[in-house]
Amino acid sequence: MEAVYTRTNTLNGNLLGFCPGCMHGTAFKLIGEVLEELGIDNKASCILAIGCCGLAQEVLSYDLATAPHGRAAAAATGLKRSNPDTLVFTYQGDGDLASIGLAETIHAANRGENISVIFINNGIYGMTGGQMAPTTLIGMKATTAPGGRDPKIHGYPLHIAEIINQLTAPVYIERVSCNNPANVRKTKNAIKKAFQNQLDGKGYSFVEIVTSCPTNWGLSPEKSLKFLEENMMKEFPLGVLRDK
Amino acid sequence: MSDKVFMKGCEAIAEAAVRAGCRFYAGYPITPQNEIPEYMSRRLPQVGGVFVQGESEIASVNMVYGAGAGGTRSMTSSSSVGISLKSEGISYCAGAMVPMVYANMQRGGPGVGTIQASQQDYFQATKASGNGGFKMIVLAPATVQEAVDMTYQAFDLAERDRNPVLILGDGVIGTIMEPVVLPPMKSDEEVAALKQANRKWAIVGHSRDEKRGFLSPGYWSTVMQEEHCIQLDKMYHGWEENDVQVEELYLDNAELVFVAYGTTARIAKSALELLRAEGHKVGMIRPKTVSPFPVKSFDKINYDVCKCVLDIEMSIPAQMLYDVKLAVKERGAVDTCLRSGGNLIERGDIVRKAQEILSGGVK
Repeated sequence: MEAVYTRTNTLNGNLLGFCPGCMHGTAFKLIGEVLEELGIDNKASCILAIGCCGLAQEVLSYDLATAPHGRAAAAATGLKRSNPDTLVFTYQGDGDLASIGLAETIHAANRGENISVIFINNGIYGMTGGQMAPTTLIGMKATTAPGGRDPKIHGYPLHIAEIINQLTAPVYIERVSCNNPANVRKTKNAIKKAFQNQLDGKGYSFVEIVTSCPTNWGLSPEKSLKFLEENMMKEFPLGVLRDK
Repeated sequence: MSDKVFMKGCEAIAEAAVRAGCRFYAGYPITPQNEIPEYMSRRLPQVGGVFVQGESEIASVNMVYGAGAGGTRSMTSSSSVGISLKSEGISYCAGAMVPMVYANMQRGGPGVGTIQASQQDYFQATKASGNGGFKMIVLAPATVQEAVDMTYQAFDLAERDRNPVLILGDGVIGTIMEPVVLPPMKSDEEVAALKQANRKWAIVGHSRDEKRGFLSPGYWSTVMQEEHCIQLDKMYHGWEENDVQVEELYLDNAELVFVAYGTTARIAKSALELLRAEGHKVGMIRPKTVSPFPVKSFDKINYDVCKCVLDIEMSIPAQMLYDVKLAVKERGAVDTCLRSGGNLIERGDIVRKAQEILSGGVK
């Protein structure tokens, strides 16, 4: 029988350790499919962040290194500048990219590094157990904000895509989600565009994927999707912010 | 072919790195090592290399982590308080086995300290350069020539071991000007071959029928992490046998033995010459690698006649003292001669202390 759909060769078949309802698996699948479709999985290197995404290190079949917490964009800078023929992308969560790594994030974008940054924003720290993130919504409970995020104490959710959109150098900024098949397709296209930009030598591309964290949100996968659509996507509206 | 030139320490280190095949440097301004990034910013582009001024020491060391992970000979540098910021990235290099070379032109501390020369980072350099209990080969030059030679060698050692190597200088080594013979410039072909040899482990993009480049500073499996630590420990022990570099002077029947490294060793040597001219039997151990520490040199001391082993450092509290004591193994007396805060030890300080000891004034 003809196989009309198979798992991407960029996943080696090892068990993914992500929780039910988590969208990391979808994101890595899409990245892998794009790498294969562009024929560049043999020249790709991922700079993986610290956090839940680290669980992917045993399942990806392409080259990767794990960077210190928040430093992926700096490591990607060094790698890409010294190996311009390698397709270099970072894969980072919100704690990594938007909190501890904000300086590295902004400066790599501002230098217009020819890299692709994949930002997974689920508004919470996953691996460490549900602490407040820079992107945690107002009123959303976290283990370090048990009464919910209070703007008087914690400030407001950081909108990283919009912050990067203030800079001159980046060429492509889009916020997407994986909440339904249509948006999954849009996410795949965004990743493809980010990688193609790099192959074309255009410069810095930023793809923010707004996702859920059922485990640390304390919601079922189904209710998480609803929360994602009704709350997260309201705070972080989807769309292309820049496409030069 | 070699050529003799008159160069400042920092610039000589940078040139030696370029000649050794370093093609990536990232750094952040801090005194007294600014001449390294400044030199690299104009020199590296001439040889097809890359210079990046990072937004911080943290970013800079991680750029080096990335460049090193791609198999390029890479370097960063800083001074004391800036090295503290780099310690996370240095630990990651040690954990993920990414070769890199870095220089610490030490200044006063703790905290922001002073910008003048000190040796206040000995513990940090040799004992805990980051979390996780890793070790490094730490080269401690006493002259600009030695800084050049050690920098040149450092890249080979870093690549051999896939581990960071530290050039432990200080504000004097960094800013003094001396005549040096520069090592040969590696050709573009040699540099390319060195990088190609790293391809087997580097993250440059491997095809699916090759082994992937996988640089992990940690493991999900505790068993694998332990095995990794055991393998690293074997390497560290190997250094003790094979990689110790030391200068030993007049240890036979020495009644007093100086122990000093770097700039301090130059001053101590000057004091030694003065004392020996007066007929005193003074010897000296100068660690050129402070890690691995030249423990075996201390077995050459005749403790029946040696009144004291004098640890001389620009650090208060004394730090190398503890390695000296471990090496002496309670066979003889150990004392100290110290300055701190960016103040150089004066030859007179050492001579006075030596005379005090030799005249029997010290336990």
